[in-house]
Amino acid sequence: MIIDATGLHYKELNERIRKAIRGGARKLKVLGVNGQRFIADGLEGNVFITVEGVPGNDLGAFMKGPTVVVRGNGQDHVANTMDEGKIVVHGSAGDVLGYGMRGGKLFIKGDAGYRVGIHMKQYKGKVPVIIIGGKVGDFFGEYMAGGILLVLGLNTGYSKNGQIAGNFLATGMHGGTIFLRGKVEKYQLGREVAVFEPEEKDWKLIEKLVKEFSNDMGLSAEKILKGKFIKIVPVSHRPYGNLYAY
Amino acid sequence: MKSYILPEFKIKRDNERCIECQVCVRQCAFEVHKVSQDGSIYSENDKCVACERCVTFCPTKALTIEEYEHYIKDNANWTASVQRNIWKQAETGGVLLTGMGNPKPYPIYWDHLLLNASQVTNPSIDPLREPMELRTYLGSKPESLEVEISGGSVRLKTKVSPQLKLEVPIMFSAMSFGAISYNACEALARAATELGTYCNTGEGGLHEKLYKYADHTIVQVASGRFGVHKKYLEKAAALEIKIGQGAKPGIGGHLPGEKVGEEVSRTRMIPVGSDALSPAPHHDIYSIEDLSQLIYSLKEATEYTKPVSVKIAAVHNVAAISSGIARAGADIIAIDGFRGGTGAAPTVIRDNVGIPVELAIAAVDSRLREEGIRNRVSIVAAGGFRSSADVIKAIALGADAVYIATAALVAMGCHVCQKCYTGKCNWGIATQDPKLSKRLNPDIAAERLYNLVAAWAHEISEMLGGMGINAIESLKGNRLHLRAVGLTKEEMDVLGVKVAGAPLS
Repeated sequence: MIIDATGLHYKELNERIRKAIRGGARKLKVLGVNGQRFIADGLEGNVFITVEGVPGNDLGAFMKGPTVVVRGNGQDHVANTMDEGKIVVHGSAGDVLGYGMRGGKLFIKGDAGYRVGIHMKQYKGKVPVIIIGGKVGDFFGEYMAGGILLVLGLNTGYSKNGQIAGNFLATGMHGGTIFLRGKVEKYQLGREVAVFEPEEKDWKLIEKLVKEFSNDMGLSAEKILKGKFIKIVPVSHRPYGNLYAY
Repeated sequence: MKSYILPEFKIKRDNERCIECQVCVRQCAFEVHKVSQDGSIYSENDKCVACERCVTFCPTKALTIEEYEHYIKDNANWTASVQRNIWKQAETGGVLLTGMGNPKPYPIYWDHLLLNASQVTNPSIDPLREPMELRTYLGSKPESLEVEISGGSVRLKTKVSPQLKLEVPIMFSAMSFGAISYNACEALARAATELGTYCNTGEGGLHEKLYKYADHTIVQVASGRFGVHKKYLEKAAALEIKIGQGAKPGIGGHLPGEKVGEEVSRTRMIPVGSDALSPAPHHDIYSIEDLSQLIYSLKEATEYTKPVSVKIAAVHNVAAISSGIARAGADIIAIDGFRGGTGAAPTVIRDNVGIPVELAIAAVDSRLREEGIRNRVSIVAAGGFRSSADVIKAIALGADAVYIATAALVAMGCHVCQKCYTGKCNWGIATQDPKLSKRLNPDIAAERLYNLVAAWAHEISEMLGGMGINAIESLKGNRLHLRAVGLTKEEMDVLGVKVAGAPLS
């Protein structure tokens, strides 16, 4: 089913999308998207949506299940508090991606902005994953409590020191894992974390994720996997346990 | 390091009355009462928090708790509690932590406001015989109403935003599962349902067993987004974005890992034993526009079927902030004054930050009226409501309804010992210890909550009737029914009230 978003306010567009799904549509193509917010917000179930254009903020917020493929760039707050499902952006995206995300996957082909993957949580089998193809800004993985973040540093013309993430990386992190295909300097890191070489089981995970990402983006996994990866994990799951006088 | 901290309290045991039944020993999670080798019972004063559990449950009333008398050379500045706090920090290097609301003797404006009553003219109404309406609706009201009259029937043409229907203008304020026990959460949900009002989950998610009270539950979305998922948003009558809390404006919350057991873990959707960190800001909200985005994101997710509330702490610029919140699209603004409670907050923040809710209600109501947008939002006031008189005064100042929490906890057994953060609440309220939380019987606790609010509702009816008013909504913002005693001109200006005895005009 095709929905033309040209000239539609987000409220009307999203109502049409919900109506189409209620009517039984499982494959939707939304054309002419130009900044409409909240697309796929709170949507549930086995639905596949292709977005042509640039969707506005909060794409896929509170989403539980659907797959959204964006043929264009994303804006801010993609996958806000997302629960399940998958969002694939064939371009770059803005700030605060995957805030409080607790499940599902978010793949960005290009670069991403500030505060990506913050407050991510995981619980038992539910592990959210964000993969950024290019580089990310400051506060990446801030207050991260679970899940997996992976930055590949592709097409960034590697800065001479190989940094692909900004400052205040993983500040307040107390759960989950960050993988970077590049380097990180000590001054960039929050004091709650430490850098390690990936272990055997990490490699298996990286390989699996990179293959899925490459497959979605039409890239060569083999080439990407040749790069050097590092792992960042918290040193404590209770970073502020000793802050108080009882 | 040798601790210089002396006990705060002293246990007095009347040995004539004590039957050595050891109830006190079993009741105290702080392990104050012990059995010595010869079978006699002794008490360790320094562990006592004065929660009065042992005193209440001693079958022979053999126990009393008194202030520990240790001589501190008379000094208005360097009091015993000031010295104790300094020693605690000198010995640990930690931030002082506390629970419940601000206990300092700041002015309580409720006690400086007096209500009106009818005499001779505009006679008072007897609520025992005449209908008295305490029902009110929270949510955005339209600028005007358009109706269609055809064939003797009237139809509302204006589309009205979703509303919360309250049978009493009193709701239970946000307390999370984690901060309080499951039994306490259940008691609040049941009482809210029976009373025709609402309880608020706080930011700790909603336990699945409480889904059945969804129609009387307000769910919170806070910076940590704990337990926020599609189902959570569905199992609610309204959604509340928590920006701030009166007990700790400008700072976030840390639920310590000790309180994150299996059930809390499942509800918050975080691993067992990990700290649940809710930082001060939502890191996706840096402006009114960003707030508006979250409000509409929640409205889209729930297809515009539920009102969205925004809760803030009462701070110096509360009126302008509230105007922004109203314009951002919120349906309800909840304002939490500086006497509002908490499960844990740094003492220095709780005792020194924020403003009294009385002044905040008046300032916000006045500002929204001046701007002509008062109809767009309902105002819910929170923070230390102690009685029905405080509630009715808040409504006369301009609130639509109030949130109570400390009073609700006291109704369930809390004695305001302010040790909620230890997780050892002997009353089974602020604890996740299954042995302790079992002490709170949800049947009895729900009944006590119901009784309290029903009694307040009756008192409110009496006071309303006395003023010659038969509907709570007619009192809202009707500040002529309040007069001030012992306040300065500036205070009365902010409150928008006249001094007692002054003529009407």
